[in-house]
Amino acid sequence: MKLQEIVDSLSLVVKTASAHLTKEVTGGYVSDLLSDVMANTKDGYVWITLQTHQNIVAVATLKELSGIILVNNRTPEPDTLKKAEEEGLPIMVSSLPAFEIAGLLYNLGLRCR
Amino acid sequence: MQDKPTKTAEGVFFITGKDFANAGVASCELKSILEKMGVDRGIVRRAAISVFEAEMNVVIYTPAGMMRYKVTPDYIKIVVEDVGPGIENIDLAMTEGYSTASDDIRSMGFGSGMGLPNIKRNTDELSILSIPGIGTTLEMVINIKKE
Repeated sequence: MKLQEIVDSLSLVVKTASAHLTKEVTGGYVSDLLSDVMANTKDGYVWITLQTHQNIVAVATLKELSGIILVNNRTPEPDTLKKAEEEGLPIMVSSLPAFEIAGLLYNLGLRCR
Repeated sequence: MQDKPTKTAEGVFFITGKDFANAGVASCELKSILEKMGVDRGIVRRAAISVFEAEMNVVIYTPAGMMRYKVTPDYIKIVVEDVGPGIENIDLAMTEGYSTASDDIRSMGFGSGMGLPNIKRNTDELSILSIPGIGTTLEMVINIKKE
């Protein structure tokens, strides 16, 4: 599944790197602990979190995640936006909480395994 | 048959404590060096996790540190040395979930007590030398050559 399909289905607001929504999404992971994400995600996963600071970009880049979905209408910090744009990492925002986003992605067929 | 680099490389990165704006830069650069050298992707992933955790520990807990690396066709060796407060009890620090991080650090999603265990899981050799009040040296080796 492409990131663009997720953006369309969940009506996400794309904040950065809209040219990179062609990325293939291989699974999803929900966590606000950075080491947990480092340990348990795989290439191409989309990461659901409420963390908005710039270090989420380094984590996503190092783990080659397809993108980050910020929940509960969280606003990414300006430095986060700048770094994500530089790295070509899509950051998307939803008004829904993490539980709802994960459920919707699961229904779309995404898994974490 | 795993991909192996044919050359060797070594270098050093300096890491500044509390500099969250540049936290992760050394890890990202080292990852890209390994990729350019043609190191197997799985090994690059393990190295990336290990160096990120080590780099973040320097940023979070210490005033400064440096990360030296050496890549050969057979192994990647990374030594991270800091001038921080040191680790009082290394066994405890290796326990998943144990952390001495402040609430501020935890609210950023750091300091969950998974850093050192993550490094342990992703390296073939790990040694930690720490003297309270002086600093900590972490030596990590990831083998490229298949046993």
